[in-house]
Formats: sequence, structure tokens, C-alpha cells
Amino acid sequence: MARMKFLCDADRCIECNACVTACKNEHEVPWGINRRRVITLNDGKPGERSVSMACMHCTDAPCAAVCPVNCFYTTADAVVLHSKDLCIGCGYCFYACPFGAPQYPRVGNFGSRGKMDKCTYCSGGPEADLSVAEYEKYGSNRLAEGKLPLCAEMCSTKSLLAGDGEMIAQIYKERVIKRGYGSGAWGWKTAYRETIAI
Amino acid sequence: MRRLTSIALLTATLALAAPALAQVRAPDGAPNPTASSVNEEMLFKQDPKIHGRISIPNATAANLIQPQGREWRAFRESWMPWIGALAVLGMIAALGLFYFTRGRIRLEHSEESGKKILRFNGFERFSHWMTASCFIVLSLSGLNYIFGKRLLMPLIGPEAFASLAQYGKYAHIYLAWPFMLGVLFMLVLWVRDNIPGKIDWIWLKQGGGLIGDAHPSAGRFNAGQKMVFWMVVGFGLAMSATGLMMIFPFAVTDINGMQAMQVIHSLIGVVFIAGILAHIYIGSLGMEGAYDAMGSGEVDLAWAKVHHDLWVKEQQAKTASGPQLGRGQVPAE
Repeated sequence: MARMKFLCDADRCIECNACVTACKNEHEVPWGINRRRVITLNDGKPGERSVSMACMHCTDAPCAAVCPVNCFYTTADAVVLHSKDLCIGCGYCFYACPFGAPQYPRVGNFGSRGKMDKCTYCSGGPEADLSVAEYEKYGSNRLAEGKLPLCAEMCSTKSLLAGDGEMIAQIYKERVIKRGYGSGAWGWKTAYRETIAI
Repeated sequence: MRRLTSIALLTATLALAAPALAQVRAPDGAPNPTASSVNEEMLFKQDPKIHGRISIPNATAANLIQPQGREWRAFRESWMPWIGALAVLGMIAALGLFYFTRGRIRLEHSEESGKKILRFNGFERFSHWMTASCFIVLSLSGLNYIFGKRLLMPLIGPEAFASLAQYGKYAHIYLAWPFMLGVLFMLVLWVRDNIPGKIDWIWLKQGGGLIGDAHPSAGRFNAGQKMVFWMVVGFGLAMSATGLMMIFPFAVTDINGMQAMQVIHSLIGVVFIAGILAHIYIGSLGMEGAYDAMGSGEVDLAWAKVHHDLWVKEQQAKTASGPQLGRGQVPAE
């Protein structure tokens, strides 16, 4: 089984936000929620870099650990998913997540949090694969169709890579060797306790 | 001479800076764009979290990486269950031990037994019980955030537990409001009688009647009750402030602030629960006659004279016809 990961090659990201838009469209993500986002570091200064970030599908995921109702589970592909039927919208996973991945629709009085929504690595939720119920709650299930996450698939500069961790690390290594530089695999140390040694 | 020194210094500085300015080049001779680029390691040295600019109107989304989430996780999952269990079970064990060694503090009968004196009026009792009933639901739903998945979920299954926890969350958020109101009511009602004084020190030194058989003098509230009052006010306000910040997340603080709020809220919460357990014990099982004060509002005059002698004197001085007598009581001739 593959160990699915994301890798954003910041030296290629042009902050076009197409990954953000593609994700919102593919999964019919509600207003105010962005499963993926692009953050620009050192904006306007020399050495500026943009990084596309969503759920990193951590090894030993902090969100799953702190959840008071244990609504998270990890699939055979090492994708971290959750059940919206169990989620109570307490907001703890957002405090624990190093990447700010969990999002909450604002429902009811006091803007109280609704059920959490986050990147599913385009692989739905606990419902039956490609069912209507799964689509309504979690969006499309591209993995079940044999496809990779849309954000990475349609990245115009191929900055965002998705797929088996070893494979995308290999692609990134080859790039770095060929061009002679690379600002590293952002977030890998925090998410997987490892980084890409070149 | 001074000018010469400064020129020498400038030259030295430039000479030192020169290698850093030199272009690092890629294998094909192209300029290396990462020579000056940001990288994770460097940014973490500047700041414990990596923060940038984001084009969507959600300021909290501008954090790229905040590894502090893992520290907060360690607190919540490794420390908090033990701290919570120790505080709550420790207090229950201590109260059990106290009950079996000291036993129930009995009402001492005198010629004034049977006469009643009004201790808490209707509004005081309403404020107390509004706060108290909210507190019970708040503490149970609060403990559920820590212990629910460990104790209750294996018993009733994930679906039933999740819906219970959902109602628990609603109860926790909505009952927080009458609780906060109750704390404010009680603060206004009783702060006058809860100012610490010299008499409280004497009361404490004599063990407050809990240890030994002494009955030290006390006004409307003895030192122990004053401690409960200030605990409820202090912890109540702290829980309100931290809780409000969690009801309105990120309104005043950032992600690390939110983590700190949750830590403070849960730590004070379990100590608060332990303190209130002791209050419940002494107000019901622990002391005969004490419950009436908050039950009917009228206490036995004999009990009042033993436990709150100065207050009884004060009340009797206020009314020319003797003590404020309760309903259905014939004044003593």
C-alpha cells in the first residue's frame, strides 16, 4: 500500500491559487471554508516563497489524538479521514493541527462551530465509496476512481505533488539535483518526523 | 584620528560582508534563486511558528506551520486526564476519609431548637441554585471532553456517545450564560459579607470546627465559606473569560492564545469541580442542619447560634422583635 503525501515545491509555486479553486469546485466546499490555501512567506521581499497547504495527513495525527469523540481514522493509504456523523464541532483539532487544516462552517447562534471539514485527499469519508451521502458530506472520491487529488493533478507548474511519499520525494530530489537548489519539503518534519535528504 | 578609525571599521565590515553578497550559482551557471530564499529551518529560528500572508479573508489561515499544536496535544492527552482524575477522585477520596473519621457534624440541641431564622431569601437561593444547576451540567459536560472517549464511549458505542457529546457541547455553551449571570448575582449579593477579617484568621487557627470540637465565632459567613465564595467568584470569572474566548474563537487571540485558554480553562475547571465537591459535601451530608439554609432558606436558630453567632446577634439587633422569624413560627415570649 502506498503512503500518500503532499509535497509543495515552493520554488515552483506561483501563488495562482488554482489548487484552492479546484478543490472548492471539485468538492462543492461551502462558503467560508478552504480545504487548501496558499500562504506567501516574506511577501514582497527578496526570497519570497509561496506554499500551498492543506491537511498533510500526518503520521500519528494530532487531530485524531485530541478528538474527544474519536471521529478520525487513517485509511490503508495513510490518509487521515473523519466522520461528520460523529464530529461535534468542538474545535480541538484546529488547536492541535500544525497546519491549520480543520475548518468549521459557522452555524447557529454565537457563530458556533458546525461539523469539521478538511481535506480528504480526494478520498471521501466513511460512507460507501462514490455514494451520494459520501459526496454530500465530504465531496468527491477521486482515489476510489483511481485518480490522485485534483489540486496536485491540475497544478500548472507541477509545484504541488501528490502520491506515494517515496515516489514524490524521488521526483523532488531529482528536481533539486538538476536545478541545484530547493527550499525543502515544507511541513514534512512536523507531519512525518522526516525530511527529504538530498 | 577618529575619522580614520571609522573608515577602518567600515572597510572591515564591508570585507566581512563581501562573501555573503557573492552569488551562489546553480550547476549550469544560472543564478541560484534560493540563495536568499526563505526556508523552514531559518524561519523556525526567527519565530516558533511560520506565518505568512494569505489572500483569503481569514487571518488564522495565514499560519503555515504551528508545531505548538503538538505540545498542546501532549498536555491534553498525556497530562490532563491524570490531573483531572487526581483532582476529582482525590477530593472524593479525601471527603470519604473525612466522613469516616470525623463523621457527620451533628446539630447541637439547645432551648432554641425548633425556632427558625431566615438565612437566605428567595432571590439569594434562586441565584445559588441557578448557578449550581448550571455548574453540575457544565462540569459533567466538561469532564466529558476529557474522559468521555475513555470511559463512556466503550460502554455505549461511538454513535450514541457522539450524539450525547453533541448535546453536551450545546449544554456547555448555552448553560455557560446563566452560570456567568449567577456568578455575577452572587458576587453582588454576598461580597459585602465576604470581606476577610481578623476573625477569619482566628476561625482558621481553631480548625473551623472541622478539626476538633471548637466553635469559633463567625459572622454571616465563616472563613471556610468565604473561601468558597472567593473561589466561585475567582474561578467563575476565570472560567467565564477563558470560556468566552473559546465560544468566540480567535476574536481576541491567535492560535497559541487559544491553546493557552483551553489549558487554563481545563486546569481551573477540574480544581473548581474538586472545590465544589467539598462545598456540596459540607452543605449536605457533612453537616446536619446546613442544607436548610439553601433549601427552605430558614435555619434552626440553635444551629445558627453555634455556627454564625455574630451574624445572629447582628440580625437580632436589627429587629426589635427579636430574630427574623420564619413563616409559621410563633415568636417566643
